[in-house]
Amino acid sequence: MIRLESIGICFPEKSQSGNQFIEVLSGINLVLQDASFTVIIGESGCGKTTLLNVIAGFEKPTNGQVSIDGKPILGPGADRGVVFQDDALLPWQSVKENVAFGLQLAGKSKTERDAKSLEYLRLTGLEAFADYPIWKISGGMRQRVGLARALAVDPRFLLLDEPLGALDALTRARMQEHLLQVWKISGKGMLMITHSVEEALFLATDLVLLRARPGRIESIRKLEFGRRFAEGESARSIKSSREFVELREQVLQELLTSDEVMT
Amino acid sequence: MSEQTTEFAFNELLEKTPRKDFIEMPKKNALRSVLTQQLHQLKIWSQRRSDRTYSLITFALLLLVWTVISSLKLVPELFLPSPAAVLRKFIAVADEGFVDATLLAHTCTSVARVLMALLLATATAVPVGIFIGLNRYARATIDPLIDFYRPIPPLAYLPLIVIWFGIGETSKIILIFLAVFAPISIATVQGVLRVDQSRIRATLSLGANRWQLIRYVIIPSATPDILTGVRIGLGVGWSTLVAAELIAATRGLGFMIQSAAQFLVTDVVVMGIIVIALIAFFFESGLRRLQKALVPWEGKI
Repeated sequence: MIRLESIGICFPEKSQSGNQFIEVLSGINLVLQDASFTVIIGESGCGKTTLLNVIAGFEKPTNGQVSIDGKPILGPGADRGVVFQDDALLPWQSVKENVAFGLQLAGKSKTERDAKSLEYLRLTGLEAFADYPIWKISGGMRQRVGLARALAVDPRFLLLDEPLGALDALTRARMQEHLLQVWKISGKGMLMITHSVEEALFLATDLVLLRARPGRIESIRKLEFGRRFAEGESARSIKSSREFVELREQVLQELLTSDEVMT
Repeated sequence: MSEQTTEFAFNELLEKTPRKDFIEMPKKNALRSVLTQQLHQLKIWSQRRSDRTYSLITFALLLLVWTVISSLKLVPELFLPSPAAVLRKFIAVADEGFVDATLLAHTCTSVARVLMALLLATATAVPVGIFIGLNRYARATIDPLIDFYRPIPPLAYLPLIVIWFGIGETSKIILIFLAVFAPISIATVQGVLRVDQSRIRATLSLGANRWQLIRYVIIPSATPDILTGVRIGLGVGWSTLVAAELIAATRGLGFMIQSAAQFLVTDVVVMGIIVIALIAFFFESGLRRLQKALVPWEGKI
């Protein structure tokens, strides 16, 4: 379980009247339960990525505490896997080597690395491409390699920073279903950031809506659409169901109002 | 029967062709795609060939102009010897030598000096560059020093080096080393600073410590820039060579050219220049090939 307690973060910003501090996040209280799928949505500049960076340990909060299983988070670590929008893979390694990279860092033997990476390549449907260089596979495949790489070190939580943002619509829809399958099989706690309301509704068990200036939590909704998909309902029937469409309009409306307040 | 042979030919064709498509498709489509690919490859080859043809034409034209000028005696032999004379000199110097050494001896001495300096410079400039790139304080301390001495022409600090290190081999190598060090270290710093932030973060959240990060991510990421630095350094090294061989040398291509210039043996001067150009070109293309082999993903990701 990851717990955030009254997290606030300020960045210095240079302006004409000297150095100023911009409050990016303020008073964030959030609990990420094991095996939950938390999705954060909000307008640009509301501090979504900063929040993920705080949990990943890339940034230190100015106020408040972040902890995982009761231990404070002091920096990045293998208990929180991160998948980035740009895949951040190593081009001099093959698909298999990329997936096994975390195990190599942990000093695992070659046999163990091979076995583990094969397991996760299978989970992400990439076993046929194990020996391909990563610059010869498509963008959607690269994201799956990034996912497999983060999963292979067996983290407690998986943090996904707009992992599908750079993909075309069709690949994106497929990857959403794929993410849900991986989530169901691996049983990891997930935290994902997205700009797409539909994607957020489809995947989330906990949907967090952020407001900007300063970044703060507007609402947390408990959702069931992802579970329904995991239990066998088709993605199209879920996405066209009345509750889904209504909720989508409602969330969109909320996001748009916040935009008007801003301007 | 005929069906079998076409099938066989098709399989053979498929095996010979590097696969670039990963989508499974029916064989008929596959055959078409294989043919398209081969056509495409052919186009790339012929394009490459035509590029090379243009480069060769340039040199052929240059040679032609040179031949015409010298055969019409538009310029005295003393200023511009004919290509034939230069070629004759090449054979003569290769055979009998000039100023007490054969062409091969001169060349080997020069190549050894440049390579020695390049090796020393790479071995020191790369670690220094990585250190500067990773550490703000190191950058603030060392960067100004490099920026300070880099624009000074080697000939300007040559006397000082002779006073400090004498007229032996050391001074020559130090002079070339100093000239080569700056571009390699600057390129390395650039390479380290350019490493993708999310690549670093991804590696840290896979559990890497600082040394693993440097070894597995930062150095390989900076390698393309480092190699570019070495290429530039090699060019600078050859241009400093002649200056280095001003110091009481008894051998070397630069020394040979200068001795020839003092006796107005213009054909040896021209021949020496061409030999240096050819060797530098040979090294440059070797390094370029190495860069391509080490960084095949360049521009594809």
